[in-house]
Amino acid sequence: MTLCARDIVLNNRLSNVSLSLDPGCITAICGPNGAGKSTLLETLVGLLRPDAGEIRLDGSGLDTLKLRERARRIGYLPQEHEVAWDVPVRNLVELGRMPHGDTSSGPVDAALRALDIEHLSHRRAQSLSGGETARVLLARVLAGEPAWILADEPLAALDLAHQAALMRLLRQAAGEGAGVVIVLHDLVHAMNNADRVVVLDKGSIAFDAPPAEALSHSAIREVWGVDVAWLEHDGKWALATR
Amino acid sequence: MNRGTMVFGVLLCLALPLSLLAGKVWLDPASVPNASLILAELRLPRSLLAIVVGGGLGAAGAAMQGYLRNPLADPGLFGIAPGAALGAVVALWFGYAASPWLLPLFALTGAGGAMALLAAIAGRTGGIALFTLAGLMVASLAGALTALAISMAPNAFAMSEIVLWLNGALTDRSWREVWLATPLVVVGVLLLWRAGQALDALTLGEAVARSLGVNTHALLWVLIAGIGLTVGASVAVAGIIGFVGLIVPHLVRPLTDNRPSQLIVPSALAGALLVLTADSVVRILPMVTELRLGIALSLLGAPFFLWLLLRMRRGLA
Repeated sequence: MTLCARDIVLNNRLSNVSLSLDPGCITAICGPNGAGKSTLLETLVGLLRPDAGEIRLDGSGLDTLKLRERARRIGYLPQEHEVAWDVPVRNLVELGRMPHGDTSSGPVDAALRALDIEHLSHRRAQSLSGGETARVLLARVLAGEPAWILADEPLAALDLAHQAALMRLLRQAAGEGAGVVIVLHDLVHAMNNADRVVVLDKGSIAFDAPPAEALSHSAIREVWGVDVAWLEHDGKWALATR
Repeated sequence: MNRGTMVFGVLLCLALPLSLLAGKVWLDPASVPNASLILAELRLPRSLLAIVVGGGLGAAGAAMQGYLRNPLADPGLFGIAPGAALGAVVALWFGYAASPWLLPLFALTGAGGAMALLAAIAGRTGGIALFTLAGLMVASLAGALTALAISMAPNAFAMSEIVLWLNGALTDRSWREVWLATPLVVVGVLLLWRAGQALDALTLGEAVARSLGVNTHALLWVLIAGIGLTVGASVAVAGIIGFVGLIVPHLVRPLTDNRPSQLIVPSALAGALLVLTADSVVRILPMVTELRLGIALSLLGAPFFLWLLLRMRRGLA
């Protein structure tokens, strides 16, 4: 039950990236702008085909899986929150069931409840705020009940309370056995919430370790070129730049 | 069945008998001699053809807007209608119009050529931007070749015939055109209807649609085939009838939940209603020569397009 990348090379954006992701934990992908974080995530989902190397899901090559089968196992949330038509929220969330060929109300209701958006279910998409839209689109991913949740900057449009709630939700999903892989710009969230941090720099993996090691001040200085200090309070970490 | 399907279905059922009776002479079956013959051989095929043509154009417009995620998209963007028109113009240029089957067959060949060219340019990658640009290129090329054919027409009569035909009309059409267009349009609408769920997924962007299991490459081929059949067959039997595909989805959307899949069937019904009504109106207008249907719909469509742009500008302001 692993998602593996083996020697991935992609058009000068990723070079020889190899990693093996395990279910049941939260893996954060961090790195400076242009490091290849979103590219790696899209390659893991199967949206980008690597020039060399391969992605394997549970022992099978991602390319060999049928599109629907792949979609049932991997739920993907992109960074852009595009909703082209003013459709009802519930219909958007129901799209998550598309790989299963149904619109079962159970998983859809559960996803609406988990994201605290039941009251929005009859609203139209274009009447929502940015944060509400972000939660609706994540609910769409959860409604598909995927074994893997791959999300690109899922916290970006959320307020503080919903950021914390979302991280609790992802932790719960990981606790129930799902593999969670998130691209994060915010190193504090990665430090406090991830089990493992993969730091990308110029398309290669610079560090792949538990957060305290991958985001140590020396690692941050090396990759981001910034001097920082981690400050601890009640077992949680805050970041100060020098 | 959604509200749009019911509303436009009922309106179409009401409009059909009225269109059969409407004309320069209001047909009273009880008093007009040979009324049944006029109905069976003239008015019924014309009305049915209006339904078939309008249905195909309406469904194609809804699918195009869903695929491109743009409310201003029109089936003409694919270049299939100009390709079909070029085929018909070639038939008229060589004087084949006298043969009952040759003109529509040439038009269908032109539509097929445009589809093949479009697929050859954009089909391999399936990217929406490349596809749109390829469609514009095909439309532009077909339009230039049509203009060339007009400017080099062998005689004034051929030139006049080409220009008149390009304006689109259902005048003097018979059961032959109905039998030719109906199966092609029905298959085309079915293909577009089948693509509905994939179009719904595209609401969230191409990347999400692919991550939900949509084969965007196969979807592109289905759309090229569906729009090629509906629009190609419509142009083959009626000439260029613009704006139907643009207008109709906007009339339908307020009666649905805006999902592209929910628009295909009601747009087919609304397109049928629009063309049937417009064709009935041009028949009863007090004019010496009947106003061409294509011109009438363009006169209606252009202001509607402008209104749409203004409304979108207000929305952005």
